[in-house]
Amino acid sequence: MPDPIVAVEAVEKRFASGTRALDRIDLNVHAGEFLTLLGPSGCGKSTLLRIIAGLTPPSQGQVRRSGLDGRTDTAFVFQDPTLMPWATVATNVALPLALTRVAADETERRTREAIMRVGLTGFERAHPRELSGGMRMRASIARALVARPKLLLMDEPFAALDEITRFRLNEELLTLWQDQGLTIVFVTHSVFEAAFMSSRIAVMSARPGRIVADLKAPYGYPRGPALRLSTEYAAFCRDLSEALIGAVAA
Amino acid sequence: MIARIVAPLIVGVAFLALWEAAVRHFAVPAYVLPGPVAIATALWDDGLGFLLPLGVTLKITFAALAAAVVLGGALGVLLAQSRWIELSFLPYAVALQVTPIVAIAPLIIIWIDDPFFAATICAWIVAFFPIVSNTTLGLRSADRNLADLFRLYRASRWQTLRYLKLPTALPYFFAGVRISGGLALIGAVVAEFVAGTGGTETGLAFRILESGFRLQIPRMFAALFLLAVAGVAIYLVLGWIANLALRHWHESALPEER
Repeated sequence: MPDPIVAVEAVEKRFASGTRALDRIDLNVHAGEFLTLLGPSGCGKSTLLRIIAGLTPPSQGQVRRSGLDGRTDTAFVFQDPTLMPWATVATNVALPLALTRVAADETERRTREAIMRVGLTGFERAHPRELSGGMRMRASIARALVARPKLLLMDEPFAALDEITRFRLNEELLTLWQDQGLTIVFVTHSVFEAAFMSSRIAVMSARPGRIVADLKAPYGYPRGPALRLSTEYAAFCRDLSEALIGAVAA
Repeated sequence: MIARIVAPLIVGVAFLALWEAAVRHFAVPAYVLPGPVAIATALWDDGLGFLLPLGVTLKITFAALAAAVVLGGALGVLLAQSRWIELSFLPYAVALQVTPIVAIAPLIIIWIDDPFFAATICAWIVAFFPIVSNTTLGLRSADRNLADLFRLYRASRWQTLRYLKLPTALPYFFAGVRISGGLALIGAVVAEFVAGTGGTETGLAFRILESGFRLQIPRMFAALFLLAVAGVAIYLVLGWIANLALRHWHESALPEER
């Protein structure tokens, strides 16, 4: 196996309040993976994602990244769309390019392309409050993709959406992931979402978070709506649920 | 629209009618409490005698407000740059704010010969603090996830200020300006009161003093009325500017229907 692009080594996190959020995490992220961190609320999976992003320092251990030194190599999508309310969709999407001083015509072209990819063409000049929750999340994903990151970190991005929108965005995200040759680390507490999306799933225990199971999906890609109705999917969901129940009980 | 204009109009007219009726019924002398009709007559008879002083007072008010916007905004940005700067300067800004302007005004008028400039400084001292404190608060109120995103892309301090903190602070800043508009008018009037006759150009406050000395109470009320109208107008205009600037996104400036 080639070297991982992110290697989390013996990482522990203890907050100033004394809470132990993470307990000795070892985790490799390989290029091209769709890795999901699955765990109960408050298990530290978001903290782990922030540590991988470099937004939060670990208390102990280290995170080694390779080939992620560029300013726009890592992108982050939050649970809230986190758009600038004063700016149009186009300005919001173009933010990473503006911050890294990409030329104007290049910015325009790439912004238009990113907006097109998430299906928001025609809404470039709309403000976030004029959009539905699903459209805002699409804009947020377009912003994450506009600077062509290698690693995309997503913190429960679809948790606040209704089931139908969520299913659709699940499939769209998989398409984007495959088209762009991305590596994604995805955080969720939904077994069904994890089973549908991931190539690999790390199941985490309740606080302090530990990785208790590391499972590969038993089926490949592409994945469509039919997968949700298949017996393999149901079986994998059951395996994950078992691991999750075990992790919470432990 | 009806609620916004007609409702206060009805209240106003009813109040004036009641006032006039009471003054007539109890035969209150005009040098104690003139009725609205007497006040309106005084205002009408001496139109220019009021308009020129109103212009002077407004000139001081706007000069002070402009200085407060520029210097208050700049100080707000400076204070928000670091905790140390804020902790070092804020006590003095607060001290300046809580010291009654009536107490400092005589000093300023002694120090500065030009009465217009002296009055402007007095009004500025009263007006600038809400802008400073609101701007500082606004600059510190940026969405934490957005701030993280800026950090992830290694945005410079300047980029974070320009693209994230300043837009976030804008509604706070405008709220401060709206308060400062009224305060600048109060400051201008206080300065004129303290300065007394001061200079060749006199403002509305001097008109009030003068009318008081001559027991021309209807004229005094007419000047008061003009000050109140000016205050309301300033408030409305500043609110209108804020709405114009924030109309695309901020809750305060959005239409009520949804």
